[in-house]
Amino acid sequence: MNLSVNIAGVTLKNPITVASGTFGSGMEYDEFVDLNKLGAVTTKGVANVPWPGNPTPRIAETYGGMMNAIGLQNPGIDTFVARDLPFLQQKDTKIIVNVCGKTTEDYVAVVERLADEQVDLLEINVSCPNVKEGGIAFGQNPNALYDITKAIKAKAKQPIIMKLSPNVTDITEMARAAEAAGADALSLINTLTGMKIDVKRRCFAVANKTAGVSGPAIKPIAVRMVYQVANAVKLPLIGMGGCMSAEDALEFIMAGAKAVAVGTANFHNPYATIEIIDGITQYMKENNIDDINTLIGCVK
Amino acid sequence: MAKIKITATVIEQKMIAQDIYDMTLAAKEIAVQAKPGQFVDLYCADGSKLLPRPISLCEIDKKAGTLRLVYRIAGAGTSEFSKLRTGQTIDVLGPLGNGFTMRDKRAILIGGGIGIPPMLQLAKSLDCEKSIVLGYRDEAFLADEFAAYGDVYMSSDSGVIGTKGTVMDAIRACSITGDVIYACGPTPMLRAIQSYALANGIEAQLSLEERMACGVGACLACVCKSKEPDEHSKVHNKRICKDGPVFFAEEVEL
Repeated sequence: MNLSVNIAGVTLKNPITVASGTFGSGMEYDEFVDLNKLGAVTTKGVANVPWPGNPTPRIAETYGGMMNAIGLQNPGIDTFVARDLPFLQQKDTKIIVNVCGKTTEDYVAVVERLADEQVDLLEINVSCPNVKEGGIAFGQNPNALYDITKAIKAKAKQPIIMKLSPNVTDITEMARAAEAAGADALSLINTLTGMKIDVKRRCFAVANKTAGVSGPAIKPIAVRMVYQVANAVKLPLIGMGGCMSAEDALEFIMAGAKAVAVGTANFHNPYATIEIIDGITQYMKENNIDDINTLIGCVK
Repeated sequence: MAKIKITATVIEQKMIAQDIYDMTLAAKEIAVQAKPGQFVDLYCADGSKLLPRPISLCEIDKKAGTLRLVYRIAGAGTSEFSKLRTGQTIDVLGPLGNGFTMRDKRAILIGGGIGIPPMLQLAKSLDCEKSIVLGYRDEAFLADEFAAYGDVYMSSDSGVIGTKGTVMDAIRACSITGDVIYACGPTPMLRAIQSYALANGIEAQLSLEERMACGVGACLACVCKSKEPDEHSKVHNKRICKDGPVFFAEEVEL
């Protein structure tokens, strides 16, 4: 039985990775999950310098999901390269580094710093809804997305995955812009911008006022967008947004994703990734499917 | 030994004060590793509430393999837990956090409200002279159980129990002294203890609280401002779930 998939020339042993920001650099989950069993580990966003993130409270629970406005707190690329990468490099899994920045130059600085490192793929975060500069500002305008994709692609040594925001009128317009600028793959969706009000205290539930909604509550939106994008571009897709189970992961795959990232589910169940991989294997056995690739985009 | 998520069986549960519940779980794999001041994450059975609820350990019985949790109903999740009966099960992740650093010095244990339960296991584990100060709104719970482990002092907002006012009012009114303070409770209380301890040069260990998601240090939701750069991001944001919940008074800005 073949579970391996190919994303822009990189072979993942199975289609399951984690959604950036929900898994650190893997260290905190190492005692629950055999990282060697994952198709890839996608790291928390890393910038050229350390970012302190947003004030607390940074999260709130919502019905069937949660919202977060962490604000991309991260140690910066130097600490990341010295500490987190060597940890991940010992593992038999692919490494996807999520890159964030305030300006095009910030992104390029991180990408250049990683050029000679043993990193398999770069995921470019142009869709974080919780930072004032950078992030989503690049991901809501097709011209801006085209320009930054082109600038990063020119410097990147590894294939680049542009991570798309669902907070747009037509996500296929963004997907086409990234493809035209030379992106190697796309990942979608980032969180949906939301708001929650604490009526007891008469204040915002999250200090940032708005926050990104994730979890099973947003999954139908994510599956729909993966389907739309799969039909609009030729690039390989990593689908994400509320994947909690093998059945959910298979939905993303059948909608057109080559790989699936597990995010909020890690908080609900630290063993979620492994259980999902086992569940996919079980599904393939029961349905006499030899190759996961035959399921990708099989629902037209 | 490592953190583990298990399905635990409820041995018993009862209400011990308004909205305060006392639940004992059979959770051997966690109990044998746990220390005073650590916590566990409890998961709701209903998937619409998907984040775990962090609950402090009130008592750890390694021999029996049980954990005693005393918690307040704060919302739909804890309300669901309060309905669990003997023999029912609940998913638990733990042990989480660092726990208290136990000193062999004259101790003042201070608990405020739902910060009182973790002080009970600490009181049992510390082998030294102890003053125990418990702050309530207007209804006492667990107070009688502390008597075996030290001198108990109480305060309440209304004055119906002990000194009228805060735990700091009780400490001053009763001239309580010690060489190390261990405290858990609401932030204003911890802030008052922090400034008292720093002004008087007394070591104080403060157990903090914040909304959490992962519980294991990955998501960076539950940070607090720290004096020194934190180990994770080097940005003065320590993670309450992993670097804490217990911090030294001089370590954090409250």
